[in-house]
Amino acid sequence: MSLTATDIRNLCLATLVFAVCALLPLGDQGYWLGLGVTIAMFTALATSWALFSGPTHYISLATAAFFGVGTYVTGLGIDTLPFWSLVGLAGVIGAVLAALVGLATLRLSGVYFVIFTLGLAELVRQVITWVQNNSGQKGLYVLTDLDEAGIYWWLLGLSAAVFLAGWLIGRSRLGFALRIIGDDETVAAHSGINTARAKVLLFMVPGAVAAMTGAILAPRYVYIEPSLAFAPILSFQVVIMALLGGASRLWGPVLGVIPFTFLLEAVSSNFPNQTTLVIGVAFLVIVYLLPGGFVGLMGRINRHLNTREGT
Amino acid sequence: MSTPVLSLRGVTKRFGGLVAVNAMDFDVAEREVLGLLGPNGSGKSTTLNLISGALPLTSGHVSLWGNRISGLPAQTITRKGVSRTFQLVRLLPSMNVRENVVAGAVFGHRRRWGQDAWDHADALLDKVGLGGKGDMALGQLTYIDTKRVELARTLASDPKVLLLDEWLAGLNPTELQIGITLIKSLRDEGRTIILVEHVMDAIRSLCDRCVVMASGTKIAEGTPTQVLSDKEVIRAYLGDDDA
Ligand SMILES: Nc1ncnc2c1ncn2[C@@H]1O[C@H](COP(=O)(O)OP(=O)(O)O)[C@@H](O)[C@H]1O
Ligand SMILES: [Mg+2]
Repeated sequence: MSLTATDIRNLCLATLVFAVCALLPLGDQGYWLGLGVTIAMFTALATSWALFSGPTHYISLATAAFFGVGTYVTGLGIDTLPFWSLVGLAGVIGAVLAALVGLATLRLSGVYFVIFTLGLAELVRQVITWVQNNSGQKGLYVLTDLDEAGIYWWLLGLSAAVFLAGWLIGRSRLGFALRIIGDDETVAAHSGINTARAKVLLFMVPGAVAAMTGAILAPRYVYIEPSLAFAPILSFQVVIMALLGGASRLWGPVLGVIPFTFLLEAVSSNFPNQTTLVIGVAFLVIVYLLPGGFVGLMGRINRHLNTREGT
Repeated sequence: MSTPVLSLRGVTKRFGGLVAVNAMDFDVAEREVLGLLGPNGSGKSTTLNLISGALPLTSGHVSLWGNRISGLPAQTITRKGVSRTFQLVRLLPSMNVRENVVAGAVFGHRRRWGQDAWDHADALLDKVGLGGKGDMALGQLTYIDTKRVELARTLASDPKVLLLDEWLAGLNPTELQIGITLIKSLRDEGRTIILVEHVMDAIRSLCDRCVVMASGTKIAEGTPTQVLSDKEVIRAYLGDDDA
């Protein structure tokens, strides 16, 4: 399909936004850059998460598993391979792992899928811990000359790639197939869609992105160990941010990422032990007050204004 | 007779202890409209589900032009040219009318995409009597219009075999005449049709042949006039033993 005027405008706008964001490290190298890294990281994670979970309504808690695998790819390979190739390798491994998980679980109904993905991170973590215990190694040092600004640019680039991929998928047959599957899987199958294949293909996207995010962030941790790399809280944060923004639009999750990052930042500096509580409360608020997230809220306000204009 | 388009041999479906479809045998010839009749719960919809791949068979087999299709997933059977509507209309709620029709055109028997698919959907909407309503939301449609959207989606992949599950049920007399004319035009295009129906007018004017089911079993087969005067059929409908 050819590009319409709106498409070109949106592409220019997105390029401009990313270009402005890329200037952040020139302005500040401390607090704000740190926040920028967190926001860029969660933008990549939550946007790619919503690409799959938005249309299919499958809630994946596997982010931590893919992320952890990515950090270990960098941790194990940093002494022998260039950093960029490790990011790519992590993406491939994440995608393959996601395909295997998808083949095994996407035939299951939603509840089993949630539990399986949650268990996956724990399983991989236990396996790595076991291997480390048997090899007498505790963790891995990741020493590079990549600084905070470098990490930020990598994550920003990854986020841009996620947006581009999401936009392209949205215009593709695959994206259309997933919308149909999300609406009615029986109709999808009776329209000729290989529903299992479409879901597995799309699940590979968040798998690859989360692994690449982990690979990019590994140098920031310096010392990585299983409990850090596979922290399950990451999976929950991604779900909540994506749902808070709204998983039904490509630009939805980022609307949740930014306020939630600031909120968590404020809470963790003032009440360091209450972050889990905040996540829990945020979850309740989304479920009860904001179904559809900010995207849904904006839609309702728009409709409200339109009907008022009409009368 | 040349190779039938569709043939069922010993097709059986059990739900636990209930035999919903019991050793059904019948053939459908090319361009034929076959009526599948029977009282409620006699297994008509289940038979369509077995043909379309919505449900796996317990035993027996279904062939399309002599090739076995039973055991294949629904999407593969659709791609081979078998398309269906559902007794309870199934549409895609997040999409407008046109997108609902395009959904049938992109992945099925004959595939289209982009402008081609949009134009094709608009042509089909015209054909089923929904011209100009492509941009409407589903919520704005009347009941018959939702049925028309579903039929247009079903036709969008240019299927060779159409399975219509009580598509004419619930229409008023005027709508019924329009519906009958529409189905006739589909046969005239060369499609083979299995029609699950209760409406006698429709059966008489549309069906070349009928198969009558009762409690999962075929009890009669023949022209509409033959089966509708069959003693066993009358007993099944009026139900002297289980009403
Ligand atoms: N998915 C199912 N699970 C269990 N029983 C079913 C299922 N589908 C249909 N049945 C049963 O099979 C029998 C035939 O149903 P159906 O094919 O819908 O009849 P008809 O379309 O002729 O009214 C009914 O007794 C119905 O309750
Ligand atoms: Mg029925």
